[in-house]
Amino acid sequence: MKSSFHGTEAKQKNMSEAINVQHGAAHVEHHDAHSHGHHKETFVSKYIFSMDHKTIAKQFLITGIIWAIVGGLFSVLFRLQLGYPGQSFPILETFFGNWAKGGQIQPEFYYALITMHGTVLVFFVLTAGLSGTFANFLIPLQIGARDMASPFLNMLSYWFFFLASVVMISSLFISTGPASGGWTVYPPLSALGQASSGSKLGMDLWIVSMALFVVSSLLGGLNYISTILNLRTKGMSMTRMPLTIWALFFTAVLGVLSFPVLLSGLILLLFDRNLGTSFYLSDIVVNGEILANEGGSAILFQHLFWFLGHPEVYIILLPAMGMVSEILSVNSRKPIFGYMAMLGSLFAITILAFLVWAHHMFVTGLNPFLGSIFVLLTLLIAVPSAIKVFNWLTTLWRGNIRFTPATLFAIGFVSLFISGGLTGIFLGNSTIDIHLHDTMFVVAHFHIVMGVASMFGMFAGIYHWFPKMFGRYLNSTLGYIHFWVTMIGSYLIFWPMHYQGLAGIPRRYLDKRGWVSFNDFPELDKMITIVSIIVFAVQLMFVFNFFYSIFKGRKVTNPNPWGANTLEWTTPLRPGHGNWDGEIPEVHRWAYDYGKDGREFIPQTEPIGENESKH
Amino acid sequence: MSTVSLEQQKKMHPHKFTLWVAIGSIVMMFAGLTSAFIVKSNQTGWKSVDLPKAFYISTAVILISSITFQVALGFFKNREMNKYRSMMGITLLLGVAFVVLQWFGFQDLWAQGITFKGSGAGQFLYVIFGLHAIHVVGGIITLLVMFIKAFVGKTKLYSSVPIEVAAVYWHFVDFLWIYLLVFFLIIGG
Repeated sequence: MKSSFHGTEAKQKNMSEAINVQHGAAHVEHHDAHSHGHHKETFVSKYIFSMDHKTIAKQFLITGIIWAIVGGLFSVLFRLQLGYPGQSFPILETFFGNWAKGGQIQPEFYYALITMHGTVLVFFVLTAGLSGTFANFLIPLQIGARDMASPFLNMLSYWFFFLASVVMISSLFISTGPASGGWTVYPPLSALGQASSGSKLGMDLWIVSMALFVVSSLLGGLNYISTILNLRTKGMSMTRMPLTIWALFFTAVLGVLSFPVLLSGLILLLFDRNLGTSFYLSDIVVNGEILANEGGSAILFQHLFWFLGHPEVYIILLPAMGMVSEILSVNSRKPIFGYMAMLGSLFAITILAFLVWAHHMFVTGLNPFLGSIFVLLTLLIAVPSAIKVFNWLTTLWRGNIRFTPATLFAIGFVSLFISGGLTGIFLGNSTIDIHLHDTMFVVAHFHIVMGVASMFGMFAGIYHWFPKMFGRYLNSTLGYIHFWVTMIGSYLIFWPMHYQGLAGIPRRYLDKRGWVSFNDFPELDKMITIVSIIVFAVQLMFVFNFFYSIFKGRKVTNPNPWGANTLEWTTPLRPGHGNWDGEIPEVHRWAYDYGKDGREFIPQTEPIGENESKH
Repeated sequence: MSTVSLEQQKKMHPHKFTLWVAIGSIVMMFAGLTSAFIVKSNQTGWKSVDLPKAFYISTAVILISSITFQVALGFFKNREMNKYRSMMGITLLLGVAFVVLQWFGFQDLWAQGITFKGSGAGQFLYVIFGLHAIHVVGGIITLLVMFIKAFVGKTKLYSSVPIEVAAVYWHFVDFLWIYLLVFFLIIGG
């Protein structure tokens, strides 16, 4: 693969000249904006309505952290109910009043908690908080651009996210409570206000908030794609880009093509709720009252929802994959193994992401023949996934590994991705899925492979790029404690859930004591709850580390603290708006020349030497 | 050197490129809705509609507005600013006329007794044509801003990029309308 660079060198030279001319124009334009901005930068324009991609990235990150605390706290609360059903915790009544009457979490509150936990973590933390942060931060820095293609749209993207957050938060404080029909908001439960208290105003606010969120993610995605394809510096051909950028590119493509379909589904839902249409409703009796709605199909919503819902899984996962590839290569001081295979597998995952949505619907009465096609397509994802795992392991293999907290979290990601990926093979088979559907097995699977794994990718990214973001280091000791407790804790929480699921324990149940068949694991549930509380406490310690280190952390003195090749480390210690003080550096090689010709690392900006071995 | 300048010319302005990606996104939204329409139209109890005349008139209006926009762009490039302004004005009026005609179409349907009750072609029509009209309104607002800028701006406008970007969007909503109309005629009828 490296030799292919050699063959196309002449062509690339031509291309890069063309890029240079184009780039020159962009440069002047941006530079004007830059020096212009310096004169009248106020607090508001610098920190609040900022158009600097680095500031916007930090806004996404900090908003995401706040949401992660909220969403994590929700899970601790419903774990209390699952671990200690029937037990009274008077402190809950102090804080939540009627939602926890007598110190016990009420059924409506329980369903609101699990719904909001899913919504918040999937969309607000692992979509906006993850790709919002790192796409904004890394794309211009790693491809050598002064900012995004449209800094203004980029700013709007954050503020739409902020608005979505405000609407979603406000739904927590209304008397009927937030949406509580599960994060997938299936009709008819979500379409009929009389179905549950959470299906009233809370559901409308959920839809409005998600519509704003979709706008935010589209504005962001458009910008990421356009920036990556148009604003690369001289010499930065597509195949010289770090894998982080490739992963963020495919993430943006997935988002831009799948979120609008969710919006379509939600618009129809909004009509059904408020204007009396029957897109999803038919033959329904609520409390003895026969509804007039006829001719609708609830399954239609599931198709529209999962057409986004499945790509969404990869929207969450791909940025983590990209960052893990980069961090593992930098910290094992070895080139990434199989760059082209990594790129090809990202592409394959992106395509397959659109072709597997019905595997969420095997038990909806889907035609079994159709189901078998979706089984095949689903299991095909194992191929690119296995390629990626193989390449991560071979990148680590015999590397000179530096076990920084970022490296550990990246390795943790690989471990979780393997564990969670294997159970995906179970669930992807429609026959086994009939037994496992809607059990704790599913909960265990997607939390490990998508939820926790992506959180690990996010932590790895934060530990690794914190010095570039804030000019200081995170405390490593706290980082190691954070890693080991989270790593062991995650397996202790989610591994036992597989057994529960295989034994047929359903998910989403409030209290399993009433069912003899589901009442086999009360002690296991207690253990999971206790570990969840410990792991949550350690995340709060990380949050402390994060904010403390912004102001008091050890200062970065070496502009390239990890000895990395990529362009972001060629910027000043605290880059201003525009990123580079002088010219944008030119790129002469790919991002992974580690340990080549006896040198520890060769930055992308260094021209190819005369006596250099193949490149 | 000539190849370099050629490459440069071929390269699309980033804003225009961004718009094309956005168009892809909007297409996906309508693809979601129209595929829902196809799925529903095969189920029992489906009711089709006859399109009111207003929708055919509005088709003509939006087609003409695309032409006038293109003519306006030509005038701008030749720096014939007065003609540019008047052509932009006409395009703007036609855009508004399109949205008003859609409204008349909705009223006609409503008068026929096709309301929000049910889930046939009529209900989909309100949602899909309504969303399309919102996209046209977005274009009208952009046009309005450009129209005002053409009169009051102190600095002279030379770059045709913003107008080209707006024109691409305008042609897109025009094309999208034709697609939706044909779609309804074939599958909804």
